[in-house]
Amino acid sequence: MREELRPKLVGARVKRVEDPRLLTGQGSFADDYRPAGMVHVALLRSSYPHARLLRIDTAAARSLAGVVAVFTGDELAEAARPMVATSKMKDYRATPMPMLARGKVRYVGEPVAAVVAASRYLAEDAARRIAVDYAPLPAESDPLRAAEASAPLLHEEARSNVVLSREFARGDAAAAMAAAPLRVGARFRFRRKAVLALENRCYLAEYHRGRRELTLYSATQVPGIVRDALAELMDMPEHLIRVVAADVGGGFGGKASLYPEELLVAVLARRLGRPVKYTSDRLEDLLSTSQAFDEIVDAELGVAADGTIAALTAEVVGDVGAYSIYPWTAALEPVQVVSFLPGPYRMPNYRGRVRGIATPKAPLGPYRGVGRPVAAFVMERLIDMAARRLGIDPVAMRRRNFVAAEEFPYRTGSGIIWDRAGFTECLTAVRDALDYDGLRRRQEEARAAGRWVGIGFASYAELTGIGSKIPAAPGMPVNTGTETATLRIDPSGSVTAIFGIASHGQGLETTLAQVVADELGVRLEDVRIVQGDTAGRAYTTGTYASRSAVLAGGAGKLAAAALREKVLRAAAHLLEAHIDDLVAEGSRVAIRGTDRSLSFREIARSVYLQFGRMPPELQEELEATKLYDPQFGTTSSATHAAVVEIDPETFGVRVLRYVVAEDCGRVINPMIVDGQVHGGVAQGIGAALLEEVVYDGEGQLLSGSLMDYLVPSAVEIPPMEVIHIEAESPTTLGGFRGMGEGGTIGAPAAIANAVTDALAPLGIEVTELPVTPERLYRLVEAARGKE
Amino acid sequence: MSGKRRVAVTVNGTRHEREIEPRLLLGDFLRSELDLTGTHFGCEHGICGACTVILNGDSVRACLVFAVQADGGEVLTVEGLGSVEALHPLQQAFHEHHGLQCGYCTPGMLMTALDLIRKHGRLTEAAVRAGISGNLCRCTGYQNIVAAICAAAEAMQSEEPAGDA
Repeated sequence: MREELRPKLVGARVKRVEDPRLLTGQGSFADDYRPAGMVHVALLRSSYPHARLLRIDTAAARSLAGVVAVFTGDELAEAARPMVATSKMKDYRATPMPMLARGKVRYVGEPVAAVVAASRYLAEDAARRIAVDYAPLPAESDPLRAAEASAPLLHEEARSNVVLSREFARGDAAAAMAAAPLRVGARFRFRRKAVLALENRCYLAEYHRGRRELTLYSATQVPGIVRDALAELMDMPEHLIRVVAADVGGGFGGKASLYPEELLVAVLARRLGRPVKYTSDRLEDLLSTSQAFDEIVDAELGVAADGTIAALTAEVVGDVGAYSIYPWTAALEPVQVVSFLPGPYRMPNYRGRVRGIATPKAPLGPYRGVGRPVAAFVMERLIDMAARRLGIDPVAMRRRNFVAAEEFPYRTGSGIIWDRAGFTECLTAVRDALDYDGLRRRQEEARAAGRWVGIGFASYAELTGIGSKIPAAPGMPVNTGTETATLRIDPSGSVTAIFGIASHGQGLETTLAQVVADELGVRLEDVRIVQGDTAGRAYTTGTYASRSAVLAGGAGKLAAAALREKVLRAAAHLLEAHIDDLVAEGSRVAIRGTDRSLSFREIARSVYLQFGRMPPELQEELEATKLYDPQFGTTSSATHAAVVEIDPETFGVRVLRYVVAEDCGRVINPMIVDGQVHGGVAQGIGAALLEEVVYDGEGQLLSGSLMDYLVPSAVEIPPMEVIHIEAESPTTLGGFRGMGEGGTIGAPAAIANAVTDALAPLGIEVTELPVTPERLYRLVEAARGKE
Repeated sequence: MSGKRRVAVTVNGTRHEREIEPRLLLGDFLRSELDLTGTHFGCEHGICGACTVILNGDSVRACLVFAVQADGGEVLTVEGLGSVEALHPLQQAFHEHHGLQCGYCTPGMLMTALDLIRKHGRLTEAAVRAGISGNLCRCTGYQNIVAAICAAAEAMQSEEPAGDA
């Protein structure tokens, strides 16, 4: 069979190799490890948003049977350096995060003291016996008021609660806006969101006193970042630290940062010389895992009479919470709103300004989509607002303003460069799938019958698979642009492929095996993917920012090609054939056009076991390591469409239909890609309709349980239709584009536009998400009051 | 703490006797005392359904049941369904339909689905969605879970005729 005709694994709906262990309860989540002698940590967390710590009395806790030790921040002050997320960004003020609070607390839920005990039950009993004298300090929870000079300072050394500011500009936005025949704008608000992976954060540290080795089992997406940070903060060489993230129960960005509890268990294990575990409960998760969005965006769009965009201006205020999260910094989310606001549109004039304000709340951090869900919400609402005012169909409005095929590569208003991507193709595919004209007719009929039915679109573009030329967070001094793969064949002929990425549900063990098996010419079942473990890598970070398929896939392809060369060279010698006549396929190397072949096992055994018989130039291990750096990254894009109906009695929004067309380049596994889109859209629907972290005016959390923080269940999420578009192969190796986050970027905007469309007869514009029944009720009442 | 109590619980067909604190949750009993770590906690307040197991024929949340309440009872956990080598038809359907991603909610989802299928037989999509609405999944958007459960219900009906037929 000619090589190009062979069935390939890349592109096939290969069933996941992860599944059997996870389906049978044989996974290895961090909390599943229970080494002998293990003790448990419970934390006493601050009940005040902002207070001075006067005295912490731990005597009663220490006296409880089963308690091993109790620590305060001051007692562990010398054990590790504070976590400081630095940035090269101008106008950025670092806000060091302590492992346990010292001097004062800055949000409700901040760790204040740690109890180590024989069981989690006992540790929690003892934590309740710690008495803390707090002297409450004034606290300002509202970011606009906290930005004022008179507001109480959260970090005195920062001298302001405005901890970052940045501006992007192209052209003369003010002049173009003044000259624009139509201007539409509003104050948009996307409320604070919890990440809420189903597995709570959990960390287990083991310290071997004889070898002075530290092993951390962590529910993390970034074992490499955690290892590097622990080495620095604990003053240890990295070869004595191993971070393992075996099975991780969802991440979505919430497990992509270093946490105080992670550092704490490592410090305590080293101090106590026994395994120390911390398992968060859900209240602690809602109090202390990094949160998302929480921006106020004053935005205006200027358009010509024919709908052509002339200018966009935006002022963004991001409520970044109490601390700048390591390593991404507080700039990550709000700056990315301004970076991506121009979207997939031609934007001759743009000015976007952003400020990040420290408030007494849990730190803001990365969350699926980072900044772009908010950017898409604002931009896609503005597009619809302008289209409605001009009487232009929202589909036509988007098509008119998309960067066209011949305009790529296109530099956006904020400086991001879009490579050729299927903006228009995705929109057209969604329109066709919807039977758009028929759908509009049926909507008219429903409207005539008094029903509130709406259709909403959202188009977006994102940068994925980012290489070393662009930091994943603005000004961040960590290289996130490379990944390395090591592939080796052992004497049995089986292949071990070692990566630094860390799968937490994406099925990367399957997709990377598909890529490696195809390139190397072996069967899928002969490849074992090692990931989520720093042991095999000199440098790595982890899985975030829609990077792993692109970067690890690319590194896997390079390493597999290099290893295949080695195998073919050895086989050429053993088969006495010319290397050009050989083909590797199905874990065998054959001489083309003959029935002569050797299995990988036979070749490997010859190489390793009869090493002395190999010619000197072939005396090498069957192993290859390759680094891949895509330099800049590649554009992924999609259009989403939602059809919703609003219940006029309850003001509940029901999503009747949901269609996505996305261009993620070459699809490695369509089954997995569909699943990622489904999950991303479901989180986006949750963000649009249900999910909201609520703090009161002083910073007390009011949404501390899953009865208060609402996550969509199977009855709120509709069946979704997913269409794959491959407009053009990008320059990334393999033609892969990242796609893990996209679903969450498009969905809030599509739902907001659909709800607005449903209420168009009342002239209502949705400018705040989530658009809960209460908010909808108030909007409708206000609109009716005006009539 | 209050005195320990002796309990005998049959889990996945094996009888286990332990001296435990009355406040010990069934989920912690399974995970800590019996090393059956397939049952996962997601919220510990009865909302997410991740810790669902079958107790005396009904699905329960192992975070809302004390182990002492299971004294003398029979518990089925995910470890009692099928094995890596021989998946149960329900597990097989989740595998075929990509009904799991991170796998954390999966054990609870499987036990809820098993209870649904055993009690109702063949299931419509709407019945499955309502039936699993007490089990949260953050990865899949539920679509493939629903497909998997519908397919499993079909397969299990054809394999084992309903008792009351």
